[in-house]
Amino acid sequence: MSAREEILGRVRSALAATDPSEAPVPRGYRSVVPAGDVVELFAERLVDYRAELTRCTADTLPAALADALGTAESVLVPDGFPWEVPGGVPDTGQSAAELDRLDAVVTLAALAIATTGTIVLDHGRGQGRRVVSLVPDRHVCVLRTDQIVPGVPQAVAALSPDRPQTWISGPSATSDIELNRVEGVHGPRTLHVLLVSS
Amino acid sequence: MSATFVGMPAFPAAAREALSDTQLRRNLAHATGTIRAKRAAVVGEVDEWEELRLAGAAIKDNTLRHLDEHLLRLEESLTDRGATVHWARDAAEACEIVASIAKQHAVDEVVKVKSMATQEIGLNEALAAQGITAWETDLAELIVQLGDDLPSHILVPAIHRNRAEIREIFRDKMAAAGRPAPDDLSDRPAELAGAARLHLREKFLRARMAVSGANFAVAETGTLVVVESEGNGRMCLTLPEVVVSVVGIEKIVPTWSDLDVFLQLLPRSSTGERMNPYTSTWSGATEGQEAHVVLLDNGRTRALADEVGRQALRCIRCSACLNVCPVYERTGGHAYGSVYPGPIGAILNPLLRGTGVDDQVDSLPYASSLCGACFEACPVRIDIPEVLVHLRSKVVDAHRSAPKAEAVAMKSASWVLADSKRLGLAERGLGLAGRLLGRFGRKVMPGGRRALGRLPWPGSLWSNARDVPAPPVESFRAWWRREGRR
Repeated sequence: MSAREEILGRVRSALAATDPSEAPVPRGYRSVVPAGDVVELFAERLVDYRAELTRCTADTLPAALADALGTAESVLVPDGFPWEVPGGVPDTGQSAAELDRLDAVVTLAALAIATTGTIVLDHGRGQGRRVVSLVPDRHVCVLRTDQIVPGVPQAVAALSPDRPQTWISGPSATSDIELNRVEGVHGPRTLHVLLVSS
Repeated sequence: MSATFVGMPAFPAAAREALSDTQLRRNLAHATGTIRAKRAAVVGEVDEWEELRLAGAAIKDNTLRHLDEHLLRLEESLTDRGATVHWARDAAEACEIVASIAKQHAVDEVVKVKSMATQEIGLNEALAAQGITAWETDLAELIVQLGDDLPSHILVPAIHRNRAEIREIFRDKMAAAGRPAPDDLSDRPAELAGAARLHLREKFLRARMAVSGANFAVAETGTLVVVESEGNGRMCLTLPEVVVSVVGIEKIVPTWSDLDVFLQLLPRSSTGERMNPYTSTWSGATEGQEAHVVLLDNGRTRALADEVGRQALRCIRCSACLNVCPVYERTGGHAYGSVYPGPIGAILNPLLRGTGVDDQVDSLPYASSLCGACFEACPVRIDIPEVLVHLRSKVVDAHRSAPKAEAVAMKSASWVLADSKRLGLAERGLGLAGRLLGRFGRKVMPGGRRALGRLPWPGSLWSNARDVPAPPVESFRAWWRREGRR
């Protein structure tokens, strides 16, 4: 008998005497929304994760972008990223080793979650491949305030599993040494979000 | 400590040794205390926490009740999206599947993102036996692997090590595994993490195959979810050409939208954060990568057949139960002799491996004070104390042919307790013993009572791992006769 048939057979015999009716799943949590302004809450929680945050408008964005990139000389720019980037290098499918030699990356995001201070990339236009927001040491992400949803349930409902996703909450971090939080292990050591009022 | 759990002594012997290690106890008390406080703070922010727990438990229970259907659906959706699905009855079969995929691609090293399932099946050792090196890339796993040590916690496997010990391991062992530690490495956590970053990046950049586990597998869409902090998971999942994910069959959730419960419960329960720094989700083969999924039984169907114990398969490996457990806090994880330590390990190991087969496994349901803190902390409401008691009865049943000293003692106790005259006589005898022993007992316990030393056999079976309080000089019933009538 194949492993597949044997495992399925074991599952069925384990469940033979079990009542197959399903318990109701309470879903009231889906309508819970945080009190107050979700944009302010997102900003507070993002900074709590030691990410950097700059509030700007469509007009001040180019200057904020240049500031956030600071001394970075080479910046990966994914297809569809809608602004001019100083030092910008278009994404031509560079290998990880080539990405490792770049100073920074700029991306858009699919949405952001206020209660957790999370940005979510589904790697659509302007967000780049999964590796580009991982290998360079500085990640600058441009987010509009109308992309912020209150909580995790609203984010899951808005996102499609058909696209791979990367949920990012602050810079890469570890708590493995005496449970002290240290920023920057394998991902970018700096996450800078430019929050554009819409 | 050698790098295998095989041949570990039963819990009472292992715990006795761990308890005498003051460095270990200091490291553990600091770590579990810190994480308890963090978790309590972020759980307290969520008003609907109890409803989330109920929803998480209900979703998992419903899935387990129809596990065969969900498995078939997962297989179909994964296959439709370009992944190759393999089935593994046990550890050896799972390891063989991973090794054969490596050989098909002529790969002699793989990078690994921390995975309880691959630790459970001993994948690193099995690959090594076939000439394939597996590099652990989680910082704590790296510390454990370089130190030729064993993990002692589900979430923070090197929780038993402090920064000075970690510095020594990096300085002594990194060079033989690749890029050496910097000469001037201090014991500051940021510098230690920086050394790991440099050491591992050269491995990530050249790796052609990665092995992962999965926190969740969505039957409806074939989506796998990996939750992590450091970015090593993202490195493993996005850089290599081939990704092999070893997934226990209990990791299934039915639909994409069910993840809205678990992505709230897991981070707050495990690291005490509102959200972990990185979560990756992908459905089948993406961005030209070759994707393999190994669906692992290895005892899970045995656990499923146990109607009381089945709830342990709800476990999402958050480790909240470890951090609140008074037994774990004092003995650490190694004493449990398994990759699954703490309260969940005390039930999961006997459920996966069966009772009455191995003395070490049979000792685990007794490694608890039944205080119930683990149930309170569990985000999917596994009633660990209930399962512990159930498994104790199974262990006793398995040993019925040769009665244990404890069973004999219980039988004679029930004879004494069944009759008030017999009890009165016994109490008078105990009072006399108490007066004598209270004077000569070996040490003073909290509250001022004296404790006895080791009892002669067969009492030693009990007293080897416990302080035996001197009997009280007066029984409650005697005190009541004297005082209660006033």
